Amino acid sequence: MTDATPRTSAQWPLYEVFVRGKRGLNHVHVGSLHAADERMALTHARDLYTRRNEGVSIWVVRSDLITASTPDERDPFFAPSGDKVYRHPTFYDIPADVPHI
Amino acid sequence: MHDDHVHPSPSGEHVEADGQWAFGTGFEDPLYGADTTVPDGIDGAELASCCVLLADDALIAAQRLAQWCTNAPELEEELALANIGLDLLGQARHLYARAGRADGTGRGEDAYAYFRDPAEFRNVRLVELPNGDYAFSVVRLLVFATWRLELFTRLTDTPDPVLAAIASKSIKELDYHRSYAAQWVVRLGDGTAESRLRAQRALDEVAPHLGELFTPHEHLRVDVASVRAETTAIVSRVLDTAGLVLPITESATGGGRDGLHTEHLPALLAELQSVARADPQATW
Repeated sequence: MTDATPRTSAQWPLYEVFVRGKRGLNHVHVGSLHAADERMALTHARDLYTRRNEGVSIWVVRSDLITASTPDERDPFFAPSGDKVYRHPTFYDIPADVPHI
Repeated sequence: MHDDHVHPSPSGEHVEADGQWAFGTGFEDPLYGADTTVPDGIDGAELASCCVLLADDALIAAQRLAQWCTNAPELEEELALANIGLDLLGQARHLYARAGRADGTGRGEDAYAYFRDPAEFRNVRLVELPNGDYAFSVVRLLVFATWRLELFTRLTDTPDPVLAAIASKSIKELDYHRSYAAQWVVRLGDGTAESRLRAQRALDEVAPHLGELFTPHEHLRVDVASVRAETTAIVSRVLDTAGLVLPITESATGGGRDGLHTEHLPALLAELQSVARADPQATW
């Protein structure tokens, strides 16, 4: 490979793939792949992530469009909720005859 | 291992939308669970011959697609091509199994795939041509999938219920193969000067082999004229979008259906059959 013909994978952007397993469930992140555009990303996702009957719906989104929290922000973001046990609904007495809880 | 019937879908559901296909999950027997008696009034030998030529097209096309493994321009495309190849291999397995029961010999799929010589293969020449570059492979796939989809659509009401079921199962697969190939042909035709050049060159190479696809065959009872019209119309529509032109050329020599193949088929089969022939008692 010379410099005149760079590998195309260096140019294809990365996409994140979300698959919904069946109706009623949420789309779940399953991985990422390279594609030239959204349509191709969907096709690739179908071939890479739904080969074993895993899905009924696929979302793809360009990875660089996702805004993510960083490890640096971990303490201000997540630590304050660690000692606030009263935010968990565990202080109620549940009557014995209430089903589905 | 005989665990043919313990492979439900991961979701535990097995819903058959078309109600016709509830088999094909067997590792050992492709037609596990199907009633494979040949109905009265159907000529078993003729049915077998029809199944073999459809299976040979699929097997050879699948082998060519498999040859892209480790060679495709992108990891994602490699898997896509392998997937399509495996779909076609599955179609070949079902059709060989059907042929073996229909002609009364009881031969299995391996007998057809591994222990016949090139002259006994009945595939069209288009599928045995070498892969060439990526443009050639996707242009060929577009033509092949479009044509095969038209054939199988017409076979869904063929008198043999097993062949009809195999056809209706295969249609969804072929529909995807066609759209995959069409996307790439449009991309290449409508892409850079280089990709356009290669896509057009691929078309020029494929065009002479179209004639053989539309040659009537005594055992393949479909309306060839309508298959030709539909296939040409759909391919032309894709080419219009891609800015490519289907050249009007003289037909190359056909004859694949009579066992008259190009020099490329023996080499392909030598590779495909080498392991099985080295140890005919081997099991896998």
